[in-house]
Amino acid sequence: MDVKILIVGVGGQGTVLASKIIGEAAQLAGLDVKQSEVHGMAQRGGSVVTHVKFGDDVYSPLVEPGQADYVLAFEQLEGLRWISHLAASGKLICSTQQIMPMPVITGAAKYPEDIESKFREAGVDYLMLDAIDTAGRLGEKRAANVVLLGALARHLEIGREIWQQAIRNVVKKRAVDVNLQAFDCGWNC
Amino acid sequence: MIVIKKLMSGNEAIARGFYEAGGHAATAYPGTPSTEILEHISQYPEIYSEWSVNEKVAVEVAQGFSMAGARSLAAMKHVGVNVAADPLFTMAYSGVNGGFVLVSADDPGMHSSQDEQDNRYYARFMKMLLLEPSDSQEAKQMVIDGLEMSEKLDLPVILRTTTRISHSQGLVELGERKEVGLRSYEKRPDKFVMMPANARRLRVTLDQRLAEAGEFSETYPGNRVIPGDGKFAVITSGIAYQYAREVFGQQATYLKLSMTNPAPRKMITDFISRHDNVLVIEEGEPFLEEQIKFWGLKVTGKERLPAVGELSAAIIAERILGGQKYSPAVNAVEGLPQRPPVMCPACPHRGVYFLLAKKKPIITGDIGCYTLGALPPLNAMDTCICMGASITAAIGIKQMLPDRKVVATIGDSTFLHSGLTGLVDAIYKKSNIVVLILDNHITGMTGHQQNPATGLTIRNNPTNRVVIEDVVKACGVENVQVVDAYDLAAVESALDQALAADRLSVIIARRACALIVKDKGKPYWIDSDKCKRCRACMRIGCPAISYADNLVSIDGNICNACGVCRQMCKFGALQEG
Repeated sequence: MDVKILIVGVGGQGTVLASKIIGEAAQLAGLDVKQSEVHGMAQRGGSVVTHVKFGDDVYSPLVEPGQADYVLAFEQLEGLRWISHLAASGKLICSTQQIMPMPVITGAAKYPEDIESKFREAGVDYLMLDAIDTAGRLGEKRAANVVLLGALARHLEIGREIWQQAIRNVVKKRAVDVNLQAFDCGWNC
Repeated sequence: MIVIKKLMSGNEAIARGFYEAGGHAATAYPGTPSTEILEHISQYPEIYSEWSVNEKVAVEVAQGFSMAGARSLAAMKHVGVNVAADPLFTMAYSGVNGGFVLVSADDPGMHSSQDEQDNRYYARFMKMLLLEPSDSQEAKQMVIDGLEMSEKLDLPVILRTTTRISHSQGLVELGERKEVGLRSYEKRPDKFVMMPANARRLRVTLDQRLAEAGEFSETYPGNRVIPGDGKFAVITSGIAYQYAREVFGQQATYLKLSMTNPAPRKMITDFISRHDNVLVIEEGEPFLEEQIKFWGLKVTGKERLPAVGELSAAIIAERILGGQKYSPAVNAVEGLPQRPPVMCPACPHRGVYFLLAKKKPIITGDIGCYTLGALPPLNAMDTCICMGASITAAIGIKQMLPDRKVVATIGDSTFLHSGLTGLVDAIYKKSNIVVLILDNHITGMTGHQQNPATGLTIRNNPTNRVVIEDVVKACGVENVQVVDAYDLAAVESALDQALAADRLSVIIARRACALIVKDKGKPYWIDSDKCKRCRACMRIGCPAISYADNLVSIDGNICNACGVCRQMCKFGALQEG
């Protein structure tokens, strides 16, 4: 097994927590794992990318273009920005959430219309998911990241109990229950 | 024995290594990508740790720890080493008592920095030992090795990481802490009083110590050959090793170097003599390559690989193998809107910059979240060079352009880091500038670290608080105003007063960073019956406010309820909670 995942979104959306849970689950499954993210200025509402790789032996922590088995996108435009990292057999899991970047707010640029059709035209294997709405129905919109994670986890060769343990290990105690529910919603979607 | 492994960032692994090595005391000034090193060290009760006011202070205090016999560490980002360079150069002459490791966290690609200087050159320039880990496990081990070799060879060590080491996570084997007592303190003016007579003698022994270190480097286990099929022969170090390994796998034989100053000359000469067409693969500048070529050996390096930006497996594959090892299956979509970083919703800097830009002075900026004021729609910055340079650049500009209004903007932590000396200079010069201190009660951009103005230690324990307005007044500034950064009328009135004054003025715009405020209040919303679609509220550039389908709206998921937008509206359309 040798899995490469790119998690993309906007600073503040919780991409780092999702990658932590994946890393923890891979480790619990006895695999080598590496992940890489960027802190600092980029986190202030900019585009953020987290790389996660696990398997028997992992060298570079980064996922190269055309190599990602999965791109997990927390925001539509960010999903579109990173489709060239998908492998030919790769799958995109994308939240329907849209966050306007500052050049769009100021009118200097236009947010792309109907991004889903662009995925279709490009021949991308994709799944769109209203993770905010799902998490909102659980009473915690901030758990949208774990809904998306659940939708990803279903495709990976790591058992469901291991994922649940990883969530218990990583998430703050008082948020464990809602995150486990969020994970299930994503898994079953 | 069961080996316990933990997924750790390079920064956490460095902290772990310092703990296991029996480290006694550590200092740092926060800076991406180094910040979490000291945050993790502060979790170990066995170690004394503190945020320093700047990197020079961090190194000097840590040198004091070392002189007192302690195993010590100072951590900073690459440009922080520039600030600390003065004590560091001389420290190589003196050597150490307790082992000393300087962590320099470089930022190739400038994810969060103003330059991408390759600090390995500092090790050569300062004549220090240099270690380059290639993952978290090695980062931990090299802190332990570094402290030992520092004591054995009587030299300071630079442990040099890059963003992809600092902020990548990998599995690390945990070991026990080995308690090491303080080495005895003896009065040693011959070693630590750097008067010319002592320095001249130590200059000679410095080269002798380095020669001994060169021998040590030949047998250091971190410098080793990793055999392969030998189709390619690669000399590499740091993260570049991982990228090369990803590209060539078993096809290459690697000389993987960890101790790269002094580099193991015999080992390298031997490796090159056994292989044809040896490639040097390193991220950044041709540091190893220049050394190897200086020795008269033939290798290929930057002729084929870029020195600019981050290296990657894809770049190595393209430049060395040609062809398309990592070609996209789906083409990238061109022309997408960029998503630059922005000030957060309710950032206290936003309204201040909006008003400042309206007055059209020359605005000299500084390093922190508030550097984002340079971007549209605020466009409120003319210069930003390095920590503390806002005030000093303003002095120079004002001196040459006396008819222009000049305002220096600087954060609380940056002001104490190196703005204070500039302010003293402005007082001394009778410089008629405005210094606008953006005091958000925290060191923000690096992820919320305490500083002397917060009155809390790294472990959030109360300590003495440096009161910025008291310091400013005590230095001799008479025209000092303190305002609430959320109160646009008060900020504007303070700005008008200061800009009209014929003397040095200081304004402290105070309000806590929105990310550290726990009770945020309910999000604002827009009454669309009252809204005239003038979009005045959008001129402040808040990411929570957007316009679509002839409707201005506030995203309640991200609004932090500062109310600055409401003060922009003449029609009372913005509603609280």
